[in-house]
Amino acid sequence: MAESLFGATLQGLGRVAAEAGLPAYGARQLSNWLYRKHATGFQDMLNLPSRAREWLSQHYTVDTPGPVKVTESRDGTKKYLFPAAGGGFVEAAWIPEGKRATLCLSVQVGCKMGCLFCMTGKQGFQGHLSAGEILNQYRSLPERDSVTNIVYMGMGEPMDNLANVLESLDVMCSPDGYGLSPARVTVSTIGLIPAMEQFLEKTRCHLAVSMHSPFEEERRRLMPVENVYPLTDVLAALRKRPWGRQRRVSFEYIMFNGVNDTDRHAREVARILSGIRCRVNLIPFHPIPATPLAPSPRETMERFEQELKRRGILTTIRQSRGLDISAACGMLSTRELVRMRGEQE
Amino acid sequence: MRFRSPVHASDHQGESLRLKEVKVAENAEIAAGIYRVTFPRAWDFIPGQTIALTTDSAIPARYYSIASGCRDPLVEVLYDLVPDGLLTPRMALLHAGDALLCSEPFGAFRDGEGASLWIAAGTGVAPFASMVRSGSGADRTLVQGSRTLAGLYLRGYFSSVLGARYVPCCSAEREDGVFPGRSTAWISGSELPDAERFLLCGSSRMVVDARDALLARGIPFDRVISEIYF
Repeated sequence: MAESLFGATLQGLGRVAAEAGLPAYGARQLSNWLYRKHATGFQDMLNLPSRAREWLSQHYTVDTPGPVKVTESRDGTKKYLFPAAGGGFVEAAWIPEGKRATLCLSVQVGCKMGCLFCMTGKQGFQGHLSAGEILNQYRSLPERDSVTNIVYMGMGEPMDNLANVLESLDVMCSPDGYGLSPARVTVSTIGLIPAMEQFLEKTRCHLAVSMHSPFEEERRRLMPVENVYPLTDVLAALRKRPWGRQRRVSFEYIMFNGVNDTDRHAREVARILSGIRCRVNLIPFHPIPATPLAPSPRETMERFEQELKRRGILTTIRQSRGLDISAACGMLSTRELVRMRGEQE
Repeated sequence: MRFRSPVHASDHQGESLRLKEVKVAENAEIAAGIYRVTFPRAWDFIPGQTIALTTDSAIPARYYSIASGCRDPLVEVLYDLVPDGLLTPRMALLHAGDALLCSEPFGAFRDGEGASLWIAAGTGVAPFASMVRSGSGADRTLVQGSRTLAGLYLRGYFSSVLGARYVPCCSAEREDGVFPGRSTAWISGSELPDAERFLLCGSSRMVVDARDALLARGIPFDRVISEIYF
């Protein structure tokens, strides 16, 4: 099966251009067609010699499959379901909000991290997405031209698929690619430290760290990764790095009723973040089936927010979006997976 | 135990790993596709901890739980051969005296005071093997799951040390004294021992399924601690 060129960086395209007998600027021409003019095949690339186009068609494809399903919320949020090459599905969420429109991308089919509150983890891990499959969630989005911000916060752990995530960011932020400002791209992690350090070294995009509890023993129950990469080590790694004015680190904090939403938690969050220029995003929990966790009441979240603000931490409460369309990440794809497996049986 | 990342081995490599050379004492296939490598212990560790290993500085290190006891002279690690992987096909070719690069131990997958139930599958039994070999087997029940009987690594040892508190489960083969089915089926259908904590180790799918099975039995989530291959 021919390999898809979609998702290749300028460097990768340079190698292909040379193989195709194109001059040195051929890589830029290919990049321009793939990421600026959104070509769907080599026949579209009219400024390339016909012999090169023919050679490329024989050896490569420009594979950008559209979403197989879309669900739209009353609040305007849309969830798109994309097929993954290795089987299964991934979700991309388009979240319009005033002048801002955020696209939330997936990086893996399923996830290995097994966080207690996450629906994607219940699928198990089925595979990494290639850079092309990550980028295609943007490329094939009907609302692509209105996207203002991109967050890698969908299915999967970005730092567990770092090579493909870095390639996709290269294309996303390169002037020869989609040309988005790194200041408009945020990549999340649960704190795989070595990969996180590489990400910080190699890109200028924002980082969002999933915290969910400031206490080690409690976080271990919510997030198994705490056994290997404790939050204290993650924070130490972040403190070591120079943070310019342009780059931001934020901490994501899903609020679970009676679990991590007390004043004691707020005080400890403020204490451990002391000295890190950051913001905390408080996130309402979207319950998943058979979960032992429940969302914190709105007033509890507001009290927590005030406590953090009072201690000098920039804090926001995220709005719940898409509640009527299985807002929790992984819900839609899991349903589709279950349906598909049912049909196969 | 192996933290898998089958496509891009470099993902977890970073400046925070400091690797030192050790000499392989023994490296052998102990069941189809499951290997055991040993080398002299050069540091202290806490049972349940992890090390990073690689054969060559050009090949990104992977993380494995230590399976040996904390006072044993040799460190033992179990690994699954991933035929299209970068590292394990090379590790499988190592002989006694060959060099292996190894990090210092790290991680905090640990048990505490009081009784606990341990549930493992495949090479996920490694941290529990380390705990038992380090003398922490009292008041512990181990449920070990495997698709094949040969995959019930250290079955004889666990049986002799833990007695009735060792529950082997096999989903693809049958034998007297072995629960016929997955460890999750055992959790769902058996009387659970009185335990303060429930420690799980294995693939993400196994751990999530076992955790869900425990929660369905009414075990509070804050008594369940999981270690996952990644």
